[in-house]
Amino acid sequence: MAKTVVLERKPLSLSERTYLPQIVTGLKTTFTNMFKPKVTLQYPEEKPFIPKNYRGVPTLVKDPNGREKCVSCQLCEFVCPPKAIRITPGSVPDDQEDREHVEKAPQEFEINMLRCIYCGYCQEVCPEEAIFLQEQYSSSGYTREEMINNKQKLYELGGTLPDHHYKWDKKKEAELDGNAH
Amino acid sequence: MIDWLPDNIWFSVGLKVFFALVMVGAVMTMAGYSVLAERKVSAWMQGRVGPNRTVLPFIEYIPFFGPLLKKLGIFQPLADGLKFLFKEEIVPGHVNKFYYYLAPLIALVPALTTMTVLPFGQLYWSDGSVSTLALADLEVGILFVFAVSSLGVYGIALAGWSSNNKYSFLGGIRSSAQMISYELAMGLSLLPVFLWVSVPGAQESGLSISGIANSQEGAAWLFMVQPISALIFLIALFAETNRLPFDMPESETDLVGGFHTEYGSFKFGIFFVAEYAHIVIGSALFVLLFLGGWHFLPFMQDPWPSNWVGSLLGVGWFLGKTFFLIFFFIWIRWTLPRFRYDQVMQLGWTKLLPLALANLIVYVLIVTLIDQTASLPL
Repeated sequence: MAKTVVLERKPLSLSERTYLPQIVTGLKTTFTNMFKPKVTLQYPEEKPFIPKNYRGVPTLVKDPNGREKCVSCQLCEFVCPPKAIRITPGSVPDDQEDREHVEKAPQEFEINMLRCIYCGYCQEVCPEEAIFLQEQYSSSGYTREEMINNKQKLYELGGTLPDHHYKWDKKKEAELDGNAH
Repeated sequence: MIDWLPDNIWFSVGLKVFFALVMVGAVMTMAGYSVLAERKVSAWMQGRVGPNRTVLPFIEYIPFFGPLLKKLGIFQPLADGLKFLFKEEIVPGHVNKFYYYLAPLIALVPALTTMTVLPFGQLYWSDGSVSTLALADLEVGILFVFAVSSLGVYGIALAGWSSNNKYSFLGGIRSSAQMISYELAMGLSLLPVFLWVSVPGAQESGLSISGIANSQEGAAWLFMVQPISALIFLIALFAETNRLPFDMPESETDLVGGFHTEYGSFKFGIFFVAEYAHIVIGSALFVLLFLGGWHFLPFMQDPWPSNWVGSLLGVGWFLGKTFFLIFFFIWIRWTLPRFRYDQVMQLGWTKLLPLALANLIVYVLIVTLIDQTASLPL
């Protein structure tokens, strides 16, 4: 059973009742605080630490062979809650040596950063692991048009990420084995 | 003493005007830089950096000094002042226009008037005579300071009333109540000081501020002789300048902005400058009365020579003490929380006033005792 103990408070002494020693203690505290290291981050010169799983601006990435991964399936466009993504699908011509077995690629890919809510659904839904929310957090512009990231901008922002699958290489091998679908 | 100057009424008037302008400039600059000090010190005490981005063009490119000045925010007061000047001036429709415009002026003028009687140093002439550096070294200087500085409250009360807004009104009421309560304790706390400097054998007497400052040369500073008076005067000074923990008139948590809620742009800037001018002048007054003015250290003769170098060093030493006291004002602000209104009144009427009276009586007895023993034939 819990027991309540009422603590007896001592009556304040004369010096305590003037509050002056307490004020001096307080002054000491604030004075020592003046010389402690500052917590301010001088922003434009110093950038904050961005953790690995940060959800920043959505970007399109290429695989280590420099091939664009997006096949314009439009799942991200479909799942995007604020309808920020707009894809114009296009096809890949057959004669492109390095992109054999890829039939589709986006002709235009636009993400409106005024609409985007950084939810990361596009990254989650992408079957090709082509769209990632990376560490960039600051997007600004003077006009509404500037705030729409087009395909070129998205690939610039995205760069190349390591790939675990090399899907098209596997397809090529399968074809060489006579196993193509 | 000034033989080489032309003896002409217009010349001497012109000289006075020039000195007055210099003095106003100096106090206003100090007020501006107290704002910067407030921002910097508060930032440091809160673990921040404070204003460090403002810089004039070209100065930035001076090696070492440019970046240092920028980091210290030396040009921030300039930017702040210009901001107030160029802001859109909004006058709410519900205010009493005449008094609304009058109030900032009434707040600023007393703050600038009190400084005419503030001495700030000594001038040593080549013939060995010494004169006080002040615009007007009045014999009743301290009475003048009290009389004029308490006029400043009219500005605040008027601002609160003419704004026609309940928050401003409450701020104005609180301000006048606070001023009346602490004025008494302030005046009473100084009486023992004047009694003390007028005891037989003392060098100076009267109500002259420079006399009190000079009486502390090579002797104990008055805050050692009269600690209770110094304490009461300091507390009352905080209350009179509306500084935390007594900033009732503009306590932003319960009164939005207090008396200046409806004020913007340069009219607010004038209130702001007036507040800091009060702090500068209050600090200078405390230094003169209790911290030895321009004299070096207690129980020590001034180490500087009796010529113009000594004058400059004395003025510098006086300014240094004043700056320390301004720092102390800021330091207290970021240490103590604000009192509640009734606590302020209680402290003023039931604690400080009786204490000041008791202090006065004790010192009257002591001074009388000294007086009697001194007049006894030995």
